[in-house]
Amino acid sequence: MDLNALIACLASSACLVTQTTSGLIIGMLLFLVAVGLTLIFGVLKVVNFSHGAFYMFGAYFAMTTYQITGSFAAAMLCGAAGTAILGLIFERVFMSRVYGADVLMQLLVCYAFVLIFDDVVRMVWGPEFKSMGMPTAFQVMPLFIAGGVVPPYYLLLIGVALVAAIVLGAGLSRTRIGKVVRAAAHNPSMTSALGINTGLIYGGVFALGGMLAGLAGALAAPVRSLTPGMGFSVLIESFIVTVIGGMGSILGALIGALLIGLIRSFGSLGFPLFTEGLMYLFMVIVLVSRPTGLFGKEVA
Amino acid sequence: MTELQAAPRGKPLNLPRLETRARYRDALTAIVAFVVLASLPLFFDSKALLDFVIRCSAFGLFATSLNLLVGYTGMISFGHGMFFGLGAYSFGLIMQKTGVPIPVAFIATLVLSAVAAAVIGAICVRLKEIYFAFVTLAFQMLIHSTILSWVSLTGGDQGLRGGIPRPVFLGIDLGNQVHLYVASCALLVIGLLLMRQIAQSPFGYTLRMIRDNAARASFVGIDVWRAKLTIFVLAALFASTGGVIMSLFVSGAYPEFAYWTISGEGIFINMLGGVTTFLGPMLGTVLFLILNDTVTRFTEYHGIVLGIVILFFAIGLRKGLMDFAIEWYAARRGRGEQA
Repeated sequence: MDLNALIACLASSACLVTQTTSGLIIGMLLFLVAVGLTLIFGVLKVVNFSHGAFYMFGAYFAMTTYQITGSFAAAMLCGAAGTAILGLIFERVFMSRVYGADVLMQLLVCYAFVLIFDDVVRMVWGPEFKSMGMPTAFQVMPLFIAGGVVPPYYLLLIGVALVAAIVLGAGLSRTRIGKVVRAAAHNPSMTSALGINTGLIYGGVFALGGMLAGLAGALAAPVRSLTPGMGFSVLIESFIVTVIGGMGSILGALIGALLIGLIRSFGSLGFPLFTEGLMYLFMVIVLVSRPTGLFGKEVA
Repeated sequence: MTELQAAPRGKPLNLPRLETRARYRDALTAIVAFVVLASLPLFFDSKALLDFVIRCSAFGLFATSLNLLVGYTGMISFGHGMFFGLGAYSFGLIMQKTGVPIPVAFIATLVLSAVAAAVIGAICVRLKEIYFAFVTLAFQMLIHSTILSWVSLTGGDQGLRGGIPRPVFLGIDLGNQVHLYVASCALLVIGLLLMRQIAQSPFGYTLRMIRDNAARASFVGIDVWRAKLTIFVLAALFASTGGVIMSLFVSGAYPEFAYWTISGEGIFINMLGGVTTFLGPMLGTVLFLILNDTVTRFTEYHGIVLGIVILFFAIGLRKGLMDFAIEWYAARRGRGEQA
């Protein structure tokens, strides 16, 4: 424990800004993964245990595209689109077969794919750590806000995630497609009786969730090292986020992700050896006081 | 599917008499199994075979205890491996640091595991289905990351090295492979017998009732939370015993023992053997270890092969091999009666 460092940081505005931004980017990346997880759970009622793999694929797709084309925008696009297609195939071919089955089967199918996807990445890209490197467009002087250092790339990352949150939230509550998706989540058989292709909705939601995780991976590629199995720790953390925020709630995912991000960045100062422990401790406190999460609805 | 439903329709379940007879039968089976296993080294002079059976004992206890949760109570724990790791590490650390006799260290390990399971279980067991699965998984990752970061105590990612001292007690020298083999078999058989007793006891039938309809169980006056917590702690004890065997076998403890893949393997073993019979997970363990050993010998990408096998079972068969065998046997006998 190093509480003095934490107190010293809280007192200095420069350190406060630096830690807050690093907390925000951890939180925003987690949000993009967690919101896909929560969306898929809300509509399909399955927990995509292999969701971390989409994050991983997003990062690797982006790295390869960037190395070939040299364009950062193309890298992001490929990361997101590639995982969306992967998600669609995964849902239609495999997951759709275990919707009626119990949780054990769903977990097993996903577990199988965690093993398979990790090995596919190991085969194609090799087992060693890779890094994409910061794109040239962002290799500029960092901004100084109140004495704290903020790389411009961080701002882009936070911005993209915020836009995704707003588009998703507004899209679900305001548009016709959003209404159909919510109807399918509420009562799939009635929705399908009204002439709506629920299979298509399910596939679409899964692809959207995969795309968001892929986008998170692509955005994380320049600032994180890439390794097979990188998706798993993200999966666990984003699951903690959805548990804290409440399964199926987008706002909950956002708040939960930001809280976890801040806990991680400030916790690493005060409790360097117990940063992860803090996260779990926080989850336990939320679960004991509110078993459905901060924004979760009461489950009958 | 379930044992209650699988009872022949129309005939009343004559429980008490059945139970006493079954109990003697189980004890007799256990003694025979132990004698057969313990006499193997007399006939086969193969080190590899003994090693294989020792690993089977460790994983078998772990997988069967997981079945008490998954198959009997319907609690899908995805973090059961934490108790396997906890058992291995606590036992190894107690032996290295204090030098107490092995039985004392073993009992101390069980006490530690029970306390840990009671605390973690108290938080987890009121959650349902997927929440329960993931929160147990989260705790597993917490224990794993604690092991990795507490380098001064656990050796971090290098694992607990330097060997675990194995002083001779009551004339048993666990440093000797045959002694270790017989001790593992004894622990396995005793563990299985105890778990069988739990499964066939009135408490075991309470668990099945909770699995089939928790709300109804609660209406007839069962404290569901307490029953779930009890079985969670009991299962943790057997998983931790598996961990102790493993740490004696490799003479150390490694972070992989507490990693989530152990839990995943446990679930897979249960699926492979089948969760509707008591010995299904044991069959699953043997199959899994054979499969794992064969695959790792031929390819470094054993994740892909294992994944495809899992998919075959989960999507193709939708049940374990033991379930398959029993259904096939029942169907054949049914035809025989009709003819």
